[in-house]
Amino acid sequence: MKARVHVMLKTGVLDPQGEAVRHALGQLGFDGVEAVRQGKVIELDLAETDRAKAEQAVTEMCEKLLANTVIESYSVELD
Amino acid sequence: MHAAVIVFPGSNCDRDLKVAFERAGARVSMVWHKDTEMPSGVDVIGVPGGFSFGDYLRCGAIAANSPICRSVIRHAEAGGYVLGVCNGFQVLTETGLLPGVLLRNAGLKYVCKALDLTVETADSAYTSGYAPGSTITVPIAHHDGNYFADAPTLDRLNAEDRVAFRYVQNPNGSQQDIAGILSENRRVLGMMPHPERMAEPAHGGTDGAALFRSLVDQLAHA
Repeated sequence: MKARVHVMLKTGVLDPQGEAVRHALGQLGFDGVEAVRQGKVIELDLAETDRAKAEQAVTEMCEKLLANTVIESYSVELD
Repeated sequence: MHAAVIVFPGSNCDRDLKVAFERAGARVSMVWHKDTEMPSGVDVIGVPGGFSFGDYLRCGAIAANSPICRSVIRHAEAGGYVLGVCNGFQVLTETGLLPGVLLRNAGLKYVCKALDLTVETADSAYTSGYAPGSTITVPIAHHDGNYFADAPTLDRLNAEDRVAFRYVQNPNGSQQDIAGILSENRRVLGMMPHPERMAEPAHGGTDGAALFRSLVDQLAHA
């Protein structure tokens, strides 16, 4: 089973990289981009075939390593 | 006084930290990240600067989950001393031994220069050799030193006098100019500036030496 984890900075945490991207888009003439937030996508290939167990395992991976929940939120998608 | 300095793949200030501890009078053991136990009788653990595991995922995140870090956490939880400098500070926040995180510098650039710091508290084994409120010059060299914590955490750090150092001129966007913080029991210090790089005259200054001297002296007489 494949899992895709999205990790984003939480609302309220300044994202200087996203801000730099927004600025660069403006310089290229893309008007009207009001905010940019940059995050990460992590793809996992899992041996697990049970959906519920896979989701539980990936959630635990996020809590322990993949995200720093002080500043980041995460979401998990399973294929 | 026995100090251990952890070596991760990508550490690059480990030997500087060793020399700084030795010049202050400590015996130093270098400890590889795959080891699971500290040498016996270790009083203080140094977590050095560098780019452990290439800063993959997040700075310090992989190192914080390495076998030796479980031993670092046990040492701290038993009341032992831990000093984390630069990447070491990032590792300590990732282990949860210190609150908050170090984000990408607000200016997005790697900053490498000597800066003035205010010593905010002399109430720790690390800072007792400085006059509170005094200014010292210590270099920084980092890309991710922008200290972030939520408002209740910042309030608590201030109320408990746990901010050890602040930047006189904020180089990285850190909240409240924070350059270094102490744990609740004041025995774990994390700081982005490098005291070990300003510890003997050949470095161009010696303002960092007092940190190692006071720590070694206090632990030697403990």
